[in-house]
Amino acid sequence: MITLNALIAVCLTYVVFLFAVAFVAERSALRGRVRWVRAPLVYTLSLSIYCTAWTFYGAVGSAARSGFEYLTIYLGPSLVMIGWWWVLRKLVRIGRSQRITSVADLVSSRYGKSNLLAICVTILAVIGTTPYIALQLQSVTLSFEVFAQPGVPSPEEGQRSYTALWVAVGLAIFTVIFGTRNLDANERHHGVVMAIAVEAVVKLAALMAVGIFVVWGLSGGVAETLARIDSSELGQWQMDGGRWAGLTLLSAAAFLCLPRMFQVLVVESDDEGHLRTASWAFPLYLMMMSLFVVPIAVVGLDLMPPGSNPDLFVLTVPLATGQEGLAVLSFLGGFSSATSMVIVAAIALSTMVSNHIVMPIWLRLTGGGASVSGDVRSVVLLARRLSIAGVVGLGYLYYSLSGGGTALATIGFVSFVGMAQVLPAMLGGIFWRGATRTGALGGLITGFTIWIYALFLPSIGSGALPDAVMTEGLFGLAWLRPQALFGIVGLDPLLHALLWSMTLNVITFVVFSLASFPSPLERLQGAQFVNVFDHSGGPRSWAGGVAQTEDLMIMAQRILGAPEAQALFEREARRQGTRGPLPDPTPDFLESLERVLSGSVGAATAHAMVGQIVGGMSVSVEDLMAVADESAQLMEYSARLETQSNELSRTARQLREANQKLTRLSVQKDAFLTQISHELRTPMTSIRAFSEILRDSTGLTAGEQIKYASIIHDEAIRLTRLLDDLLDLSVLENGQVHLNLRQGKLGEVLDRAAAAANDGGLSLRIRRDARREQVMLNTDLDRLSQVFINLIANARKYCISDQPELSIQVTDDSDLLFIDFVDNGEGVSAEAQDMIFEKFARVSDSQAGGAGLGLAISRQIMTRLGGGIVYLPGHKGAAFRVMLPRNYAMAAQ
Amino acid sequence: MTEDGAEDPLRTPARPRSPLFLQRESYRRRRLIDAARFLPILGLLLWAVPLLWSGGPEDAMPGSGALIYIFGIWTALVVAAFVLSVRLRRNEEKPGGGA
Repeated sequence: MITLNALIAVCLTYVVFLFAVAFVAERSALRGRVRWVRAPLVYTLSLSIYCTAWTFYGAVGSAARSGFEYLTIYLGPSLVMIGWWWVLRKLVRIGRSQRITSVADLVSSRYGKSNLLAICVTILAVIGTTPYIALQLQSVTLSFEVFAQPGVPSPEEGQRSYTALWVAVGLAIFTVIFGTRNLDANERHHGVVMAIAVEAVVKLAALMAVGIFVVWGLSGGVAETLARIDSSELGQWQMDGGRWAGLTLLSAAAFLCLPRMFQVLVVESDDEGHLRTASWAFPLYLMMMSLFVVPIAVVGLDLMPPGSNPDLFVLTVPLATGQEGLAVLSFLGGFSSATSMVIVAAIALSTMVSNHIVMPIWLRLTGGGASVSGDVRSVVLLARRLSIAGVVGLGYLYYSLSGGGTALATIGFVSFVGMAQVLPAMLGGIFWRGATRTGALGGLITGFTIWIYALFLPSIGSGALPDAVMTEGLFGLAWLRPQALFGIVGLDPLLHALLWSMTLNVITFVVFSLASFPSPLERLQGAQFVNVFDHSGGPRSWAGGVAQTEDLMIMAQRILGAPEAQALFEREARRQGTRGPLPDPTPDFLESLERVLSGSVGAATAHAMVGQIVGGMSVSVEDLMAVADESAQLMEYSARLETQSNELSRTARQLREANQKLTRLSVQKDAFLTQISHELRTPMTSIRAFSEILRDSTGLTAGEQIKYASIIHDEAIRLTRLLDDLLDLSVLENGQVHLNLRQGKLGEVLDRAAAAANDGGLSLRIRRDARREQVMLNTDLDRLSQVFINLIANARKYCISDQPELSIQVTDDSDLLFIDFVDNGEGVSAEAQDMIFEKFARVSDSQAGGAGLGLAISRQIMTRLGGGIVYLPGHKGAAFRVMLPRNYAMAAQ
Repeated sequence: MTEDGAEDPLRTPARPRSPLFLQRESYRRRRLIDAARFLPILGLLLWAVPLLWSGGPEDAMPGSGALIYIFGIWTALVVAAFVLSVRLRRNEEKPGGGA
C-alpha cells in the first residue's frame, strides 16, 4: 500500500514539474520562441479546464447515481465548439479588437464602458465561483483521504481543513507567480496555459487509463462491458427529458460565460485560426473524457461495497484491485483537474476584481487618480495578487464553513446557472445593436436575484433560508416559494430556477432595452461589437488637442512600464511624422492608447483614466453616423460623388462651349483671312489697274486722269485705313497704347461722335437725354469718342429699319457709368452675340462695310480705360453698353 | 455613372460590397461556412432524439444502445468538424479566399 508520504512526494514532484513547464514556457515566450507555446493544440488543451475535478470524479459519481445525465455537461460545450462559426469566432474577434480582459470587461465595454455593469458581473462571478473552488479543494482533500485510510473516508475535521489549506496556499502561490507575471492581460500567460495544457493531457491519460483497465482488464472487452452495463442498474435509458435538454443548454451557456472558460477561450486566444482546430479537437477531447465514465461507474457499483462514495470510484476501483500505480496516476489526474481550474478561475476572477472593483475605488480614493505620481503598475499588480489570494481564500473559507459535505456536489450546476445569467447580455450585446446598458443591467440583476433566491441559497443547505420561507414563501406569500415560484410546483428545483431566472432575465433585458435610449458611447460600442467583422478601425471618441501628451506619457508609463510606454509613444510619433519623441494627442492616438491601457486595467478604468487627463470625450454626430451606420457612410460618399460628378459635368459643359467657340473662331479666322485678302486685293487690283491705264494709255483727258488718280488715291486711303485699324488693334492688344487723359463732358464727346459718324448717307435719328449727359469725364476723350463713333456708325450701317433710330441712355450705377446704345433694328442673333467683339467678326457677310475690327478695337479701348463694353441681350434691336469706371467720371461742377 | 450604385466600384471605398455572384472559390468557401453553421444544429437535433425514448420498463432503450447512439453521433460530428476545419483552412490559404 502506497503511503501518504509517498503520495505527497509524488504530488510535490508533479507540482515542481508543473512549475518547470510553466517556467520554460514563459522563458521561451520571452525569447520569442512562441511557436510551440502558441500551437493550436495547446489552445485546445487549455480549454480542458472545463473538465474540473467535479467532472473528473463527479461524472462517474453522477453516472452511478443518475445514469446518463452526466453526458449533458459535455454535449453542450461540444455543440458550442462545433458551432464556433456562430458565436465563438465573433467573441474571439471582439476580444482581440477591443482588448477584452474578462467576461465582465466584455459586458462593460459593450454597454458604454459601464463600470456598474462590470461590478455586477464581477460580484456574480465571485459568488458563483467561490463554491466551485471549494468543491475543487474538497475533491483533492477527499482523494488524499482515500490513500490515507483506504475504505474509511471519515477523518477528523481538522485534518481535512489542513490538507485543503495547504492545497489552497500552494495554488495561490503558483497563480501569483505565473498569473501576475505581466500586467497586460493581452500578453498571454504562456506559462499558465502551458501548465494547464500538460495537466489536460495528464487528466485525460489518467481517466483513459482507468477506463481501459476497467474495460479490458476487469470486464474482459467491449462486448462484455456493454453486456455488463445492460445488466446493471444503469442498464436502461431512464432520463428526465427536461433535465436532458435543460442541462445540455445550460452547460452550453456556462461554457461561454464561466469566467475561467472566457479566460482561456477569448482572453488567452492568440489566433482565430486556433478556434478552427479546437472546433473538432475539443469535442474529441470531451468525448474521450466521457467515454469510460459509464463503464467505470458500472464496475465500481459492482466491485465496491454498498454505501461507498461513487464520486471516488476513479480512485477506489484501481486501489481495490491492487493497481496502485494506476491509482496514483488517477490521483494526479484529479489533482490536475482541480488545480488547473482553481488557477485559471483565480486569474480570471482576480483580473475582474482588480480591474472593476479595486482599481476604481483606488482611483477614487487617491483623488487625482491618473495624474498623481507613483507607479500604478505596482498597485494593479498588488491588487491582482491580493485578489488571487482573496478568491482562493474565499474558496477555502467556504469549504471549511460548509464542512465539505455532500451539499457541495450540486454546486457545479448551481454555479453554471449563476454564470449563465450573463448570457443574454453577452449574446444580445454581440448580435443586437439595440441592446442597451439599462436592459443588460436590468436583466442581469433580475436573473441574479432569482438565482440567489431560488437556487443558490437553498443549495447551500439549511440555515441560509429559514424553513418558513422554503415552505410558505417569502413574507408568507405562497407564490414566492423559492422552489415553486408563481405557484408552479412539481418542477425539478434546478430546472425551475433555470427556467425562471433565464426567462425573466431575457424578458427584462429585451423590454428595458427596447424602452431605453443608449448613450452615444454605447451606440458606438454596440456598432463596433455587432459589426466587428466590418469595422477594422476603431471609432474616434476623444476630442483631440485638449490632452497634454506629457500627462498621457506619465500615466502610460505608470501602467505599462517606462520602456513599453516610451516605445509606444515613439512609435506613434514616428507614425505621425512629428519631430521629437512625443506624438500629438490626436483622437486616433488617444483611442489606441486607451485600448492598450484597457488590456491592463480593463475598458472602464482605462476610459476613466484617459478621461481624467483629456478632460472629456466627444462622440460627435458625424462619428456616430460614420461608424454606427454603414448606410450613412454610403450616403455620405455617394453625396460626395454626386457633387464631384456635377462638377465634372459643369466643367465638361464649359469645355464643350470653349471648344465650340474655338471652332467658330477658327472658321471665322479662315473666313476672314479670305476676307482680308479679298479686302486688300480689291483696292490693290483697282490701284494696279488704274495705274496701268495711266501708265499705258496715252489719249486720256485731264478729267479722266484726275478721275483715275482719285480712284487710286481713294483706294490707297482705304488700304491705309484698314492697315491703320489692324495696327491700332495690335497696339491696343499689346498694351503699348498711351492714354491721353483729359477732362471733358460726356455730352460733348457724344456730340462729336454723332457728328463724325452720322455725316452724309442715310440719316440716323439719335435720341439723347442731354441732362443725364452732364457728367464730367477724366479719361482719354479721343479714344472714348472713337468707341462712340464706332457704335453709332455700326447702328447706321446695320440697323435695318424704315426709320433707323438710335437711343443713347446714360445710367449711373454705384461705381460705374453706363452708356447704352440701343437701336430699333433686328439686333444681333444669339449665337453671334459672343462673337461680335472678336477680331474680323462681322454679323453677316452680305452687309460688307468694314473689316470687322471696329468692335474688337472698341473692346480693347474700353478695357484700357478700365471699363468695358458688352452686348445687352433682351432688347429688340442691337444694344451695346459701354461701362466707364466712376473714378474717371466726375459729376459736372 | 450608373443610377444604381451597387455595381459602381467608386462607391465602396472602405468595404467592398458583397457581389451578387461569386467566383467558384469564394462560392465553395461560402458553402463550407454554411456547413459549419449547420453542423451544430444537426448535432442538437440528433442529440435531442433521446428525449423521445420512452422510460417504460418493457420497451426501454438499453443503456449500451444509448451509449453507442450518443457516442456515434459524437464521433460523426467530430469527423465532420475536422473535415470542415481542414477544408476551410485550405480554402483560406488560397489567395482570394478571404471572407
